[in-house]
Amino acid sequence: MIGEILDIVFITGLIGAAMRMATPIIFATLGEIINERAGVLNLGIEGIMLMGAMTGFLVSINTGLLWIGVLAAALVGMILSLLMAFLAVYLGLSQHVSGLGITLFSTGLAMYIYRIHFGSPLVPPIVEPFTQVEIPLLSKIPIIGPSLFDQYVLTYIALLLIPIIAIILYKTHIGLKIRTVGENPLTADTVGVNVYLTRTLSLVAGGALIGIGGSFLTLAHQNMFLIDVIGGRGWVSIALVIFGNWDPFKGALGAFIFGFLDGLQLRLQGLGIKIPFHIFLMVPYLMTIIALVGVSRKATVPASLLKPYRREEKGG
Amino acid sequence: MDERGEEMTGFRIVKRKPLPGWARLVIPFIAIIFTLVLSAIPILVAGGKLWKSYYFLFYGALGTRYNFLETFVKASPLIFTGLGVAFAFRAKFWNIGAEGQLLAGALTATWIGISFAGVPKILLLPVIITCGFLAGGIWASIPATLKTKLKVDDVVSTLLLNYVMIHIMGSLLFGPLQQPGSTWPRSSEIVEAAKYPMLLARSRFHLGIPLAFFTVATIWFVNEKIVFGYQSKAVGVNIKAAHFGGINTTAVILRTAIISGGLAGLAGVGELCAIQYRLIMDISPGYGYSGIVIAMLGNLHPLGVLFSALFFSVIIVGAQTMSRMTGVPYYIAEVIQGMALMVMLVFLLLTEYKIKVIRK
Repeated sequence: MIGEILDIVFITGLIGAAMRMATPIIFATLGEIINERAGVLNLGIEGIMLMGAMTGFLVSINTGLLWIGVLAAALVGMILSLLMAFLAVYLGLSQHVSGLGITLFSTGLAMYIYRIHFGSPLVPPIVEPFTQVEIPLLSKIPIIGPSLFDQYVLTYIALLLIPIIAIILYKTHIGLKIRTVGENPLTADTVGVNVYLTRTLSLVAGGALIGIGGSFLTLAHQNMFLIDVIGGRGWVSIALVIFGNWDPFKGALGAFIFGFLDGLQLRLQGLGIKIPFHIFLMVPYLMTIIALVGVSRKATVPASLLKPYRREEKGG
Repeated sequence: MDERGEEMTGFRIVKRKPLPGWARLVIPFIAIIFTLVLSAIPILVAGGKLWKSYYFLFYGALGTRYNFLETFVKASPLIFTGLGVAFAFRAKFWNIGAEGQLLAGALTATWIGISFAGVPKILLLPVIITCGFLAGGIWASIPATLKTKLKVDDVVSTLLLNYVMIHIMGSLLFGPLQQPGSTWPRSSEIVEAAKYPMLLARSRFHLGIPLAFFTVATIWFVNEKIVFGYQSKAVGVNIKAAHFGGINTTAVILRTAIISGGLAGLAGVGELCAIQYRLIMDISPGYGYSGIVIAMLGNLHPLGVLFSALFFSVIIVGAQTMSRMTGVPYYIAEVIQGMALMVMLVFLLLTEYKIKVIRK
């Protein structure tokens, strides 16, 4: 068996699978990083991913255009995040409970809309999913070539987004605004930054990414919509944001490790080891918790995360 | 919603004078009515006739003796998870893990229920209930310990532990707990002595229902009359002040978590020993998550939890009939739950603050 695991085809396949499994989590983690950097913990993430997955699937199957589905998923993520902004930013309600409310609402809504549209057929409808796109030359490199450069376009986009979002957050004026309203909204307000608007737009931008992450699961990873398609990946992303210390690169690294474990458990199942497959399914979640234990004590949380901002009565 | 208009003719949220007690009691009911009115939108989208839908929603839950009792049957696990979540939230221990704790309780009840044949009911049931409570409690003590000792965020750890527990259950149902000869992930049936007695003929009105009502009273008593209930609340209001006031906050959070998880565990015991009689993967259709909505809608008060659990079981039971009669998908029940939580949040805000429109 060791021989099988060390096999080059096995390793190539594993890295490729890890990339695919990591893709939705990279999107969601990056989205959540933008949210939390602006001071809002978005626990709506799991529900927004599910709505993204459902909407992407529904729109793709009706239009026959997968990219329109992805756009629709982004749009629905933005709309749900606006709702989150209304509750948690403008009304200043508990971010925990608002976010859970969004998740519960979105979960019900996703199934509801799916049923309205498709009824309950014996065989679930399927969509012709995205295919992997080989990048010429690079995909010929041994081992990493076929695993890194023969991927879905969405995976390439996710990888490109990591440095882009890091640059936006750390090197641009917009990023400075986002980080300031997350660290010290009062200061931001004093120098004329609209705290409410900045937080709202950060939520909306992050929501778009979270929605796209969900759509990857129904348009590339699988070709159908099932109620447990997200399976806690949103919650994992929340954990990875902490693991990555609110940094896009470290967060994405966490997503890749999670994807690797997820890919590994799938492949070990495939080897036909006589252990219930649920034990393998448990590993990524367990490892995420263990990772949190390792980093939580030295985590540098954005100072105003979870704190609603309310202007004083006389101001403005 | 015009976000940009905000600056010019914005609104500001300002503290208001405390509302009288009766207003605080009335507000949840207004929130419920408002939610039901809002529910018209998804019903209409599904092409349901409005009045017919509402009629069957309530008829389905309250219209016949069987359905009326069935509403209590559904309420029982919701009361337990709602109480558990409320008890934890009151101490600001964000236990989103009631689902996993419920499964821990059900798993333990299954194990005892199939292993101890020949023990009389009068002995076996108390053992199952106690162990189910402890199992949920121990499972909840993990995130509590991670929070107090290692500063691990409780929301994230409780959520992730739900998935760990689902897969522990899956491993056991495909492994040692699987019914011999079965290819399905399900356990053998528990012995007769492990089953909750049925209390009313021609119904599923079981021991777990009065037990839930009794637990409401018990938690009320703990909250109001026991020092620990006071300490738990004090930790929730201001953990630093509680600490300086001489409360061992670590111990209080741990005990609060154990009680909270234990209550959720009891929901699992009830579902197993009174409804399913054998463990299956979907033993809970999300009772743990519904518990969060119920706790919030009940304003974290035991009596509030009781009423909101009853309200939600009306919706859950009624939605089945409504779905059958009007074709509106059953998932309307979950949509309503989500909406109810958000509406309640806004209404709770309005008890403490008022929204002032500002024009420039």
